[in-house]
Amino acid sequence: MWDYAKLIVLAVVALLAAIAANYAHDLPYLVNAIEVAIAATITFIYVLRHVGEDKTINPNEYQDGVIRAGVIATTFWGVVGFLVGVVIAFQLAFPALDLGNITDGIINFGRLRPLHTSAVIFAFGGNALIMSAFYVVQRTSAARLWGGNLGWFVFWGWQLMIVLAASSYILGGTEGKEYAETVWYIDIWIAVVWVAFLFVFVGTLVMRREPHIYVANWFYLSMIVTVAMLHIVNNAAIPISIFSSVSVPIYSGVQDAMVQWWYGHNAVGFFLTAGFLGMMYYFVPKQVERPIYSYKLSIIHFWALIFLYIWAGPHHLHYTALPDWASTLGMVFSIMLWMPSWGGMINGLMTLSGAWDKLRTDPVVRMMVIAIGFYGMSTFEGPVMSIKAVNSLSHYTDWTIGHVHSGALGWNGMITFSVLYFLTPRLWNRDALYSLKLVSWHFWLATIGIVLYAASMWVSGIMEGLMWREVDANGFLVNAFVDTVAAKFPMYVVRGLGGAMYLTGALIMVYNLWMTVKAQPQRAAAYAGVPAE
Amino acid sequence: MELYTLLREIADSWALLALTLFFVGASIWAFRPGSKVIHQDAANVIFKHDKKPGPVPAGSMPGPSKEA
Repeated sequence: MWDYAKLIVLAVVALLAAIAANYAHDLPYLVNAIEVAIAATITFIYVLRHVGEDKTINPNEYQDGVIRAGVIATTFWGVVGFLVGVVIAFQLAFPALDLGNITDGIINFGRLRPLHTSAVIFAFGGNALIMSAFYVVQRTSAARLWGGNLGWFVFWGWQLMIVLAASSYILGGTEGKEYAETVWYIDIWIAVVWVAFLFVFVGTLVMRREPHIYVANWFYLSMIVTVAMLHIVNNAAIPISIFSSVSVPIYSGVQDAMVQWWYGHNAVGFFLTAGFLGMMYYFVPKQVERPIYSYKLSIIHFWALIFLYIWAGPHHLHYTALPDWASTLGMVFSIMLWMPSWGGMINGLMTLSGAWDKLRTDPVVRMMVIAIGFYGMSTFEGPVMSIKAVNSLSHYTDWTIGHVHSGALGWNGMITFSVLYFLTPRLWNRDALYSLKLVSWHFWLATIGIVLYAASMWVSGIMEGLMWREVDANGFLVNAFVDTVAAKFPMYVVRGLGGAMYLTGALIMVYNLWMTVKAQPQRAAAYAGVPAE
Repeated sequence: MELYTLLREIADSWALLALTLFFVGASIWAFRPGSKVIHQDAANVIFKHDKKPGPVPAGSMPGPSKEA
């Protein structure tokens, strides 16, 4: 019965998408509509072929299939996102790589940049969050994922979103809001998938067979709830036509800017920090086989982060039309954030106390520690940069880019890699990773890559800031903008090399994970006769 | 009073006070007597159910179960 309802809905969606493609006002809309029609058709055929099958599930088994798919998707989108990042880094150094005369601007920096940011944040980071949340919430609640195949809907819905967004950016679709470039109908789809994610997560928590809600789940849940709120408020917009990708935001002027950076900074605070702290609070203690250093500190870390982060957004708008009191407020709260951030860092690092020898023997632990170290460093750098006097030098320069990447590559990237190394042998039931030596290679390539990236951007950013404000004895600006661009060239090449090293490390990881599954025998039959699902 | 002014007045007086008190309260609550055992128990949850979900709790309502 339920299958027939699904078939009807899918058929209607495919039909409507095809009609919409026919009436499309612009190219991104046309291509997206065709993609939706294709996705609905494929799903229709899949459902049709499985009508009437016995779908009873065993509530005494974890649902790991969707997590395995998430591990693959995280790895795949990670490599894609890093690759696009390396390409645009070299495009900045060598603008001829835009290939504008051949491709008609389709792969110029302006189009590939949102593709890169969305690929690494929402495709790589988002898949990592979803799959690790599914893993952690099941293990700590001692219950199977709630909602049957709703977890699969979240997974495939998220991949569809990524494909729609990527093709839309390339063809010129955008809302012009940083990290929220997706056009209005993709925004609606994100909201639907995200709410399904919330239901799966909370449903599992409610069905838990364990009295406690482990602290990692608090971080994941705050991430899910807050991102839903941020996404819906920031993307409130009215489309100019149901057949167009263009929309008009309901806020205007400085209000629009403030809402955007309230969203933007909390996307960092909750998507890239709270969610990944959820990973830290589960996977670091698991890998070192010791409970978290201080559970009390983790509770205070949680509440302090929740209360402070939400105010920090205005520091993105210093010296603009934003009222002075608002940007001062943002600055003060950003500085206060330093404390909970370092409390969390100390909590993560001290979990190793009594097991520091693992740093020498286990490269995965080393990766976790460097991730936590970068978390500490970028959450120190952030408050410094939010101070108005520092910001007047650093804003609009490459320093900001360097800061973002020390957080993204160092913290989010490294903790995700260590989680992938942790999960792959367990989910595919292998004894261990294929090669710890290759993990070491990955570790060093990535670390040196980040150092090259961050250092070159510090030099470039501070140089830019100083050149822009340099005035001669008569008060005239000494440098034209293009002078700074020319002066930055060597730094841009170094940054590109750092990115290439990071990408190489990720490719080594892909090989290692692949061989972990392919080249090693399955572990002896702990689950013989039990289906994987 | 203008809506903006009203909201601002509420935000930087009672709302600020309430949120600060909540945070201070949550921090103190974490240190309440007897919390140590509970927190130790919670911190070790991650080592308990690696391979399989826990036993179905007694009674039809999902809820806390004592056996691990």
